[in-house]
Amino acid sequence: MDRGPDIAAGRVPREILALNFADAHPPLTDAQAIIEADRCYFCYDAPCIEACPTSIDVPAFIKGIATGNLAGAARTILESNILGGSCARVCPTEILCEQKCVRNAQEEKPVQIGALQRRATDWQMARGVQPFTRAAATGRRVAVVGAGPAGLACAHRLAMHGHEVTLFDAKPKLGGLNEYGVAAYKTPGDFAQDEVNFVLSIGGVTLAPDQALGRDFTIDTLMDEYEAIFLSLGQAGARKAGLTGEDLSGVMNAVDFIESIRISGTKEDVAVGRRVVVIGGGNTAIDAAVQAKRLGAEEVTLVYRRGRETMSATEVEQAWAQTNGVTIRHWAAPARIEGANGATTAIAFTRGRALDGRAVHDGEEFVLEADMILKAVGQHVVFDPLEGSGVETEGGRIRVDAVGRTSRAGVYAGGDCTAGEDLTVAAVRDGRDAAEAIHADLSQKKEV
Amino acid sequence: MADLRSNFIGIRSPNPFWLASAPPTDKAYNVRRAFEAGWGGVVWKTLGEDPPVVNVSSRYGALSYRGERMFGLNNIELISDRPLAVNLAEIKDVKRDYPDRAVIVSLMVPCVEESWKAILPLVEETGADGLELNFGCPHGMSERNMGSAVGQVPEYVEMVTRWVKQHSRMPTIVKLTPNVTSILAPARAAMRGGADAVSLINTIQSVVSVDLDAMAPTPVVDGMGTHGGYCGPAVKPIALRMLGEVARSPDLAGLPISGIGGISTWRDAAEFLVMGASNLQVCTAAMHYGFRVVEDMKDGLSNWMDEKGFGSLSDVVGRAVPNFVNWNQLNLKFKTLARIDQDLCVQCGLCHIACEDTSHQAIARLRVDGSRRYEVIDEECVGCNLCAHVCPVDDCITMAPQPTDGVLTWPNHPNNPMSGAH
Repeated sequence: MDRGPDIAAGRVPREILALNFADAHPPLTDAQAIIEADRCYFCYDAPCIEACPTSIDVPAFIKGIATGNLAGAARTILESNILGGSCARVCPTEILCEQKCVRNAQEEKPVQIGALQRRATDWQMARGVQPFTRAAATGRRVAVVGAGPAGLACAHRLAMHGHEVTLFDAKPKLGGLNEYGVAAYKTPGDFAQDEVNFVLSIGGVTLAPDQALGRDFTIDTLMDEYEAIFLSLGQAGARKAGLTGEDLSGVMNAVDFIESIRISGTKEDVAVGRRVVVIGGGNTAIDAAVQAKRLGAEEVTLVYRRGRETMSATEVEQAWAQTNGVTIRHWAAPARIEGANGATTAIAFTRGRALDGRAVHDGEEFVLEADMILKAVGQHVVFDPLEGSGVETEGGRIRVDAVGRTSRAGVYAGGDCTAGEDLTVAAVRDGRDAAEAIHADLSQKKEV
Repeated sequence: MADLRSNFIGIRSPNPFWLASAPPTDKAYNVRRAFEAGWGGVVWKTLGEDPPVVNVSSRYGALSYRGERMFGLNNIELISDRPLAVNLAEIKDVKRDYPDRAVIVSLMVPCVEESWKAILPLVEETGADGLELNFGCPHGMSERNMGSAVGQVPEYVEMVTRWVKQHSRMPTIVKLTPNVTSILAPARAAMRGGADAVSLINTIQSVVSVDLDAMAPTPVVDGMGTHGGYCGPAVKPIALRMLGEVARSPDLAGLPISGIGGISTWRDAAEFLVMGASNLQVCTAAMHYGFRVVEDMKDGLSNWMDEKGFGSLSDVVGRAVPNFVNWNQLNLKFKTLARIDQDLCVQCGLCHIACEDTSHQAIARLRVDGSRRYEVIDEECVGCNLCAHVCPVDDCITMAPQPTDGVLTWPNHPNNPMSGAH
């Protein structure tokens, strides 16, 4: 008997949904924060600072928490990383600062740097004011295209230096992946918008939402109005898996699934399959799989082409998925998606193995029944709007120098649209550093 | 198993651990609980003349450090605020019920012979084992010319001690205040007055913290504070120094000492014993955790003595005293060097920055294949131990004594203008 596709919303009662999508890692209490802060050795030339892409002075801010100087702690974080609040929530600290904590060597238990960072930034955000003020207006105008972490960090730093910034984004809400691309339980409530407001409260930033590069404006038209442009376009395109049956209903990009959860208030209206298969091995795959489970999917299987050790999702993320009831299968490549009446019914995989350090998929086939298939096989930069702009690309990213200058004078870029690790914290660094470069370059330019 | 039985100036107790005169020994109820918990004796909270003193509400201030609570404790409580007769009756009852435990009565009355003469027979009648003269309380009572106001004047110490010994047959301990320039003067005065023993230290005058909202020292009493008496683990180093000075002083030889001041563990107890105390008094540790702390103190001390081959307390007492010398008896030819165990090092860099900023630039900060590495520069190391103290890993930095070519002390050093070499 053909049961047909089983994709439905509201599989879980409202109150359970609320719990499932509440803060997955609640903040430290005051007492916990003090105890944890006291565990920091206040290392000199601390390895955690070096491990942070934004080089936050971790021992200094933790000292502030330990002594009750939360204002100082927050300022220390935010002057390196104005999005310290979201980084405290979404950073894979287990492969960054906390991995380098010297406590690991001693007791295999690092200081909870991320949780402490949240403690300090929450304190600052709760006060509703940011610790920075604008320099005297320079009269210079800069366009920032893309209001994700890189764009926000760049706009903030430029505004701080007194420049006039217009912040464009193709979406109705600012925040980029923070708003649309993070698992809902990592930044529950309206945290992303609260943080955007916090960052922009410095002033000097004009917002231009729903404005897309290539549709509403081009690099050239911007150059007519602005003295510099910062491109933080992110990776707006989702890769195709290239599978037979990829167009069947029930097959979806994981990023779109994640976005549908982000924009839903109660999550009651988000449809999810009864049996879900996620293809991919990154944090997007994990976020999609766990949220599918928490929406009420009965079986969620995450299938990855290679072994556990090459998954780009961290071990902590993998364990988190497994704790949430997601089955992770390794060494299997998707072969085709099967369907009936236009809807997905199953997905076939070919078993693989390592051969001379490479992955070879020449084994037997197995089939997983599935109502819903979420593809998390990567995103890519969409270059169409840049054609003919003189901004060159390389290896699928916009080519930039060490501080973010592109091949076109006056145009800078950073974040996921440029090379480097695709991390929020790296994007913040790119935006900040490009802003400093823009500021320096503009300062050298003669007054118009 | 080591014999912990104690005989201090003829007062026997099953172990040397007594509770010091303080709030834990204010009433029969507490003292009975202490004895049930295994304490060897108590010094009953100081009795005074009727009418009793009045205590304030809000009595303790404390120093906490990086999660360690009550590292130091400061109090502004006075002597017992209960009627003399109530205390005496309870002392009598308790002593009758616990004949094997030491019950000492702490006393503080005005510096008038009649006052002492009047109270001593009342105490003797309780059957208590001995007296402790409170010449140490540094707050409140000292404003009334008692407590440390007496203890700071050797002539008064001697005078009052003599009155007590004249008018009582009881063994008498004189409790010394640390709020003096030299602890030896009051100790000698006590000895001259006929004291059977001294106990030290009493609390140290202190302002433990200032409430930055109330703008007043803590503990805050209706908006104001006063100095108090400081005790707890923080005062142990001060107590050990004064204890050692009394213990090694040739003219005080044979004067038994009851050691007090921050004893919190069996290890502290052992340190006090080897520095010359033959009896131990504890307060803050019990106030922090309850009377049960005595269990590990007794057990740990006994195990340590077994390990060291010490059969009884007399084998232990004073062992370190001959090695507690004046600075100018230290060997200037001795040299010790820091050694870093690279396998244990967690690369925190604290040894480097401590040495680099505040000492002798003797720890190099290196990068070897991208990894942090800290190495001692022997030529620069003066063996100060700072790196070993700041290192958060036990036994990672150790100090290695170097072969020593003879002994050279300051009196004989060529740099000493007064030395014989000139």
